[in-house]
Amino acid sequence: MSYLIEGESGDWDVVIGLEVHAQITSQAKLFSGSATAFGAGPNTQVSLVDAAMPGMLPVINEYCVEQAVKTGLGLKAQINRHSVFERKNYFYADLPQGYQISQFAEPIVGEGIVVLDMPDGTTREIGIERLHMEQDAGKSMHDQDPKRSFIDLNRSGVALMEIVSKPDLRSPEEAGMYVRKLRSILRYLGTCDGNMEEGSMRADVNVSVRPAGSGELRTRTETKNVNSVRFIMQVIEHESARQVQAYESDEEIVQETRLFDAARGETRSMRSKEFAHDYRYFPDPDLLPVVLSEDEVEAIRASLPELPDDIKQRFIDTMGLTAYDAGVLVADKETANYFEQVAKGHDAKIAANWVTGNLFGALNKAGRSIADSPVTADALSELLDLMADDTISGRIAKDVFEEMFETGRGAKQIVEDKGLEQITDTGAIEAAVDAVVTDNPDQVADFRGGNEKAIGWFVGQVMKATEGKANPKLVNELLRKKLAK
Amino acid sequence: MSLDKDTVRKIAFLARIRVPEDALEPLAGELSNILGWVEQLSEVDTDGVEPMTSVADLSWPRRQDVVNDGGDAHAVLANATEPEAAPGGEAKGGFFTVPKVVE
Amino acid sequence: MSELNKKTIAEAARGLEDGDFTSEELTRACLDAMEAARDINAFITETPDIALARAGESDARRAAGNATGPLDGIPIAVKDLFCTEGVLTTAGSHILDGFTPPYESTVTQNLRDAGAVMLGKTNLDEFAMGSANITSYYGPVKNPWTADSGDKQGKDLVPGGSSGGSAAAVAALIAPGALGTDTGGSIRQPASFTGIVGMKPTYGRCSRWGIVAFASSLDQAGPLTRTVEDAALLLGGMAGHDAKDSTSAPMDLPDFTAGLKDGIRGLKVGIPKEYTMDGMPAEIEALWAQGRDWLTGQGAQCVEVSLPHTQYALPTYYIVAPAEASSNLARYDGVRYGLRVPGDSLDDMYEATRGEGFGEEVRRRVLIGTYVLSAGYYDAYYIKAQKLRTLIARDFQNAFADVDVLLTPTAPSAAFVIGEKMDDPVAMYLNDIFTVPASLAGLPAISVPAGLDGDGLPLGLHLIAKPFDEATLFRAAFALEDAAGFDAKPGVGPGGGS
Repeated sequence: MSYLIEGESGDWDVVIGLEVHAQITSQAKLFSGSATAFGAGPNTQVSLVDAAMPGMLPVINEYCVEQAVKTGLGLKAQINRHSVFERKNYFYADLPQGYQISQFAEPIVGEGIVVLDMPDGTTREIGIERLHMEQDAGKSMHDQDPKRSFIDLNRSGVALMEIVSKPDLRSPEEAGMYVRKLRSILRYLGTCDGNMEEGSMRADVNVSVRPAGSGELRTRTETKNVNSVRFIMQVIEHESARQVQAYESDEEIVQETRLFDAARGETRSMRSKEFAHDYRYFPDPDLLPVVLSEDEVEAIRASLPELPDDIKQRFIDTMGLTAYDAGVLVADKETANYFEQVAKGHDAKIAANWVTGNLFGALNKAGRSIADSPVTADALSELLDLMADDTISGRIAKDVFEEMFETGRGAKQIVEDKGLEQITDTGAIEAAVDAVVTDNPDQVADFRGGNEKAIGWFVGQVMKATEGKANPKLVNELLRKKLAK
Repeated sequence: MSLDKDTVRKIAFLARIRVPEDALEPLAGELSNILGWVEQLSEVDTDGVEPMTSVADLSWPRRQDVVNDGGDAHAVLANATEPEAAPGGEAKGGFFTVPKVVE
Repeated sequence: MSELNKKTIAEAARGLEDGDFTSEELTRACLDAMEAARDINAFITETPDIALARAGESDARRAAGNATGPLDGIPIAVKDLFCTEGVLTTAGSHILDGFTPPYESTVTQNLRDAGAVMLGKTNLDEFAMGSANITSYYGPVKNPWTADSGDKQGKDLVPGGSSGGSAAAVAALIAPGALGTDTGGSIRQPASFTGIVGMKPTYGRCSRWGIVAFASSLDQAGPLTRTVEDAALLLGGMAGHDAKDSTSAPMDLPDFTAGLKDGIRGLKVGIPKEYTMDGMPAEIEALWAQGRDWLTGQGAQCVEVSLPHTQYALPTYYIVAPAEASSNLARYDGVRYGLRVPGDSLDDMYEATRGEGFGEEVRRRVLIGTYVLSAGYYDAYYIKAQKLRTLIARDFQNAFADVDVLLTPTAPSAAFVIGEKMDDPVAMYLNDIFTVPASLAGLPAISVPAGLDGDGLPLGLHLIAKPFDEATLFRAAFALEDAAGFDAKPGVGPGGGS
């Protein structure tokens, strides 16, 4: 998938690396016992530790560490059994301690891989540089008062994983696919809910450009806190175009932090934060190194669920699905579960078509997610049963499905109530066939004159006459017999 | 190591401590003096020595993932300068406030 | 009853138990002494109401037969670095103006649970940074001792620091015991300067939760008392594992007074040869030699040991402690508590608040700490110092393979005149030259009053033991105290005599 920016001087490649901050799913914060729930009143989920009162000390939430290790294993990454929390020192209104406890020189997870499922069915590996744990900052609100900013520390101390990719991404689309895939893996693992609207996932986007085909790495900019896939792609589009234009006007690109203005769809420099950055990392003397035994890591490994890449392979190998369909079906955990339930006892390909076709179409149109689909996996399964045993035809099934989606009623019930069972009685079908043949001598002549394709028209007419209930196979047979005469 | 005035000004900003202009020069002298004195450490060969992180030779204590703290915005805000009640009133929490930040 | 304030903790505990007097009477005597000695400025906040209320509760418990133990009803002074619920806590700094914690430090809570009575919050060097108690925003503390001859005669002397107010309160017979904290000598050096016992336990023995942090990897709470036995009693009420402090040792709390008086026959005492410093006053040298003889006389065996990296301890400390302090003190930003100086922007407010809120010594150390952690200097200073720290700790380990305790002087001089050594920070730092090595290695150590110098000012001797071997430390200290027989007491104020 090549993404080239056409400049006046020639084509340019874009080089992208993402630092994704994912909130670890946990009840309590990383270093205190206060709650992490979304949407509470300001400063109501703040302990004295989170507010950095004098003499307060952090104690590590062991579940958060396990979640980070689990994520590392899910990214097929190296687990560092000795890791160290350090202090990242800087002053900001929403950072009560004056430092963020993070990991720096010794993160808990090292190099790993995320596999992207490309639209052509191939895959592409994106390198993970590292994953480290850190605490989130609070939230500043700048629009509540003319002279003051308001600070809510509810998020202060919430556990985050920062997942740093290698600069392996080459287009906005790839970056989007990477974030979606990463989110999918985290959700399969249950280590992050991936809810970008509530801030559970956000990304710092590193972008640089270079003349197409050159291997150099030029100065990159970092756009902070981008909170949707669409915005991440916009940042890359805007920022790479801006950089190309700058280079072609003989301007320098400076390494800097930028901010995404969603309303304008562009990035701008955050000069206020730029001055004299020096984080002065050093190991936090209030905490001891996190040391994990091999047994602990193996116990976490043993608890890993089956992950999308493995499930996809299984769908291809044992169900005969195409790589593309399999990729679509495993993209999120709910879909994969839904599909597996529907596929049980049915032709997997037919089940896949129903899920990716009719179901996805209806959900899309209704703006709903599979989790709150009006047609449950069991209900769809029942519908496929009715098709499999020839109770209804595929055409009728589509109508039944629509009604199921609208009313939430079961397939059998709808079919019974509306008398939609297929007509398999040869006599009834024969009568309809005779009528059509008799009423349309011109078309009969056309067919008999050698236009084989006209059979489709006759089938349509018979189906219309039987309100779609006639068994299409029988209709075909009878028509051919009658028309041959 | 001898610190000049500009370096002291820079460090003072990193530490967010205002130092009056006329105090920079004498402070540079004092700090240089202290740094000069601690630099005697450079005469010790420390190749292959692990830097100490803690004298406490313990395994890391672990907190269970249980909510047992927080929930008292009043206590958290009690010592704050100019706190602001939440829109629904103090019972719903409140904010710390700082001079307006322009991002 | 007016003499009750002169009782030691052990004596007072016996008196309370025998019904000779009540905690309220004892507490009133201490409060009277506190009022009478206000000019030494030992307290930042006096809490007579709390004291009398807790004394009353203690008496009621005792009357009901529910006394909790030897500390029930015992008045103590608390260094104003411990956060105390509902009571102003300043750390000796302007920047904590008006800060009233809604919580109680683990150590003071432990003592409350043991029934101890808080008399007030004692003065200290700002954020515990200092060796003379002259950096407090609340003014210097005067040493209750005065010189009876020489250049210092007639002048106000420092009590040492940073726990200067606690040391002065105990020495001036205001409280039988006080809480201090020790980062590089802040309990032991003032104990030496004021002729009392000051003890720093093993790092991890007392919880740091709720103590305003100076240097997290070094800070430890400990007792200041008039006798070694009292130190053991008071530590027993302070110490213990605390799940809220990740560096707190998950160990059982022993009875520190058990075996205290068992004697030291056969004990091996190391005399570190590197502690003989150029320019050490002859009196200190002589007292150290005397200490050896006293311990030998009690049946111990003194042997020379080597701690080759001793001379690097102080510069190591003055990188590590300021580095940690620069980060620990970042939270004083005018937002959530304490002083705020208004500013046009966030940074303006930060700079104004911290510029005005911190005194000169704190500012100096925060800037040094910021510098040694900054890009390009981290390896040369901070990492280098932490490597030296490893070597210094290793020196002690090697020495303790052969001996049970180490004997050194506590401080290189007796108390000096208020206002001296102010211009030269490094000269001031040298006060901690004998106490800092044990701090860097996290070892328990104690200063025992051992004699007077030519001007009639007290001098202490210093014992260091293995990690968590406070029992041996107290036993050796008790023997040393016994042999030294130090019983001099200060007058109060210049010309008060001793």
